[in-house]
Amino acid sequence: MIAFWILALVLIASAVFTVTAAKPVYSVVGLLVNFIALAAMYLTLQAEFLAVIQIVVYSGAILILFVFVIALLSSGTRPFEVGPDKAPRIVIPAVVLALLTLAGLTVTALHTHTAVVLAPSTGGAAGDAGAFGSIANFGTALFTTNLLPFEVTAFILMVAVIGVVLIAGDVAPGEGAPPRRKRRANTREPIVKDTLVR
Amino acid sequence: MIVGPDNYVALSAVLFLIGVVGVIARRNPLIMLMSIELLFNAANLALVAYARSWVMNTGHIFVFLVITVAAAEAAIGLAIVVVTFRRSQHVDVDEVAALRG
Repeated sequence: MIAFWILALVLIASAVFTVTAAKPVYSVVGLLVNFIALAAMYLTLQAEFLAVIQIVVYSGAILILFVFVIALLSSGTRPFEVGPDKAPRIVIPAVVLALLTLAGLTVTALHTHTAVVLAPSTGGAAGDAGAFGSIANFGTALFTTNLLPFEVTAFILMVAVIGVVLIAGDVAPGEGAPPRRKRRANTREPIVKDTLVR
Repeated sequence: MIVGPDNYVALSAVLFLIGVVGVIARRNPLIMLMSIELLFNAANLALVAYARSWVMNTGHIFVFLVITVAAAEAAIGLAIVVVTFRRSQHVDVDEVAALRG
């Protein structure tokens, strides 16, 4: 019980830090804390496999992707971002819209029928094979009842990979420049580096 | 004090609220993308809480799919950020107006 309140505090604090941080790197650190606390929160809800997935996929893969992009973009000398945030003039409508969202979510939550107390899980104690939330339970449901969504997931990932290569690859669609010259024209100081290397 | 599903859903709503403020009020696209990840996580927390409430793992399957879509979304969003940065040398969503009607 006490774990919930501690984790809730950590989650909210790290989320606020993520949103209000001055630089994206600080946001990544806040987001890392948020993801790990959320994985612990999944453990309190007996979603063991999802906790592992949360750490591996979110804090392992997605955050590394963010860190790589930040390192790539801010390696130059130019300022990363021009001008201040638009916080002063838009924070009021943002908060109003967010409060409306919170009101809608609260009404929805109050009108759904849930157990007041978390029901005891069936299928044995936590950690047993086949217990609720265990890997065996999750895998059985994923590969029998939900096999088609699982395969669609693979298709989505393939489309995303192709899309990323098309968007950020060397030869953008519609631009006929050969990859070698295009890379030189687009980076900021590649020619100096090339002469230094050769 | 007993912690029930309502506590988890309320926490999920608060996290969603923080993410919405981040998406709207910031104009650094990287922080906006991270706020979108916060939104995904808030929704996931509600799904897991409801799955635990009914002791049905369909919510877990759904969270699995959401995580996959979030990974794809982050990859494509970051690719767009990189392309934008290549063209204009700085990243600011207010400056990206090439597709404005």
